[in-house]
Amino acid sequence: MNHVELAIIGAGPAGLSAAIEAASVGVQTIVFDENQQAGGQLFKQIHKFFGSRAHQAGARGIDIGKNLLGQVAASGAEIKLDTVVWGIFEGNKVGVVTNGRNVICKADRILLATGASENVLAFPGWTLPGVMGAGAIQTMVNVHRVLPGKRVLMIGSGNVGLIVSYQLLQAGAEVVALVEAMDRIGGYAVHASKIKRAGTPILIRHTIKEAVGNGKVEQATIVQLNDNGNVIEGTERTLDVDVICMACGLSPLAELAWLAGCRFTDVAPLGGLLPVHDDNMQTSLPGMYVAGDIAGIEEASTAIEEGRLAGIAIAESLGYLTTTDATVKKQAVNDRSEQLRDGPFGITRREAKETLIRRSLET
Amino acid sequence: MDKHPRTYEGKTEIKIEHPDMIICRCEEVTLAQIIEAISEGARTVDEVKRRTRAGMGLCQGRTCSRLVRHLLAQHTGQNFHQIPPMTARVPVRPIALEVLASLEDDTNG
Repeated sequence: MNHVELAIIGAGPAGLSAAIEAASVGVQTIVFDENQQAGGQLFKQIHKFFGSRAHQAGARGIDIGKNLLGQVAASGAEIKLDTVVWGIFEGNKVGVVTNGRNVICKADRILLATGASENVLAFPGWTLPGVMGAGAIQTMVNVHRVLPGKRVLMIGSGNVGLIVSYQLLQAGAEVVALVEAMDRIGGYAVHASKIKRAGTPILIRHTIKEAVGNGKVEQATIVQLNDNGNVIEGTERTLDVDVICMACGLSPLAELAWLAGCRFTDVAPLGGLLPVHDDNMQTSLPGMYVAGDIAGIEEASTAIEEGRLAGIAIAESLGYLTTTDATVKKQAVNDRSEQLRDGPFGITRREAKETLIRRSLET
Repeated sequence: MDKHPRTYEGKTEIKIEHPDMIICRCEEVTLAQIIEAISEGARTVDEVKRRTRAGMGLCQGRTCSRLVRHLLAQHTGQNFHQIPPMTARVPVRPIALEVLASLEDDTNG
């Protein structure tokens, strides 16, 4: 493991897709992931995905994950799980702890596909047991089949908040209310309608004021906000809940890119400060690539396409694909990505991506 | 020239409704301690970290770093999105010193 042609950090949808594209044309590929299972967040996604048939619309995340793992196995790429990448050094070297051994692995190309971490909201009582992130709840409910509580307050109306609310309802919890500080619902109307039909009120221009309880969450006070986002005094309501779920968005997990010295730029619609990348997903550092949420917070389906693009570009740069073949493959990926970044939700992301790529050309 | 003046006039004006609220869970750093660091001149996440230990615990700032950036933006007028996270250093994940010290590097041979 001292040398590898392609080291991929992160075995989520982006990393696995890149591995499939690169290894299937002959690139010697290793995927590192600190978890005990590959697939990133896909195996928590028991709902059906949207998009066109080309994007496996109608398939559940868990099945998309299984499908990717099957393709990785066929491609010849190696996945090393329970493996921590703790550093990145000059000369495209990564520090890796695997099977209790700490080794330096030199890679001709590196793909950072480390994903994102959840944002939190600080309010009085937010450190009480019972306040948790939507990701933790998905792991408990959808993977381990443990219901974290009976009465839930959901914070955030993006797709994660809406979907996790529905999954909690399906699992037998009551979602007492969903609060959203913005003046509109953040996620898709079809997800919002499902939980409204099930009786959960979606309260826009509302937020949590505090959580109280003796050693654990017992009550939450919610409050209405005015159009400037300030609390309207006297609108407080107290709800009996035992779980408060925070679904307040994601931030790119980019420490390795900072450490490597990638150039960053601020693209707010994609999650803030991001490593710039070109139309091959290559960062400002030659040989270092990014894909998925680290390159801008989007969805699993866009992460898959970005991973493919990076895998194709890397294979081309190493001489495993001719420019002609690579161009055809990249065009197919870009056409699918364009479909994903369409409509009222997609267009902002598409423009933001274009900005990110344009800035990679600036010096 | 420093883009953001070090003098801080707003100390008494900051409305700290819940001074005891924890911002960094790992190191149990409160809102009041963060605000105090800012009032003493901290203008970056690193500067807040060095004064308070916020972000130095097990999660290495993955939870509180963004909250600290919000507080910096709120109290110093900086653009939230342009405030960088704390400086990344190896090891970026918690690994035992024993393991770190057993490094095998055969890539130079």
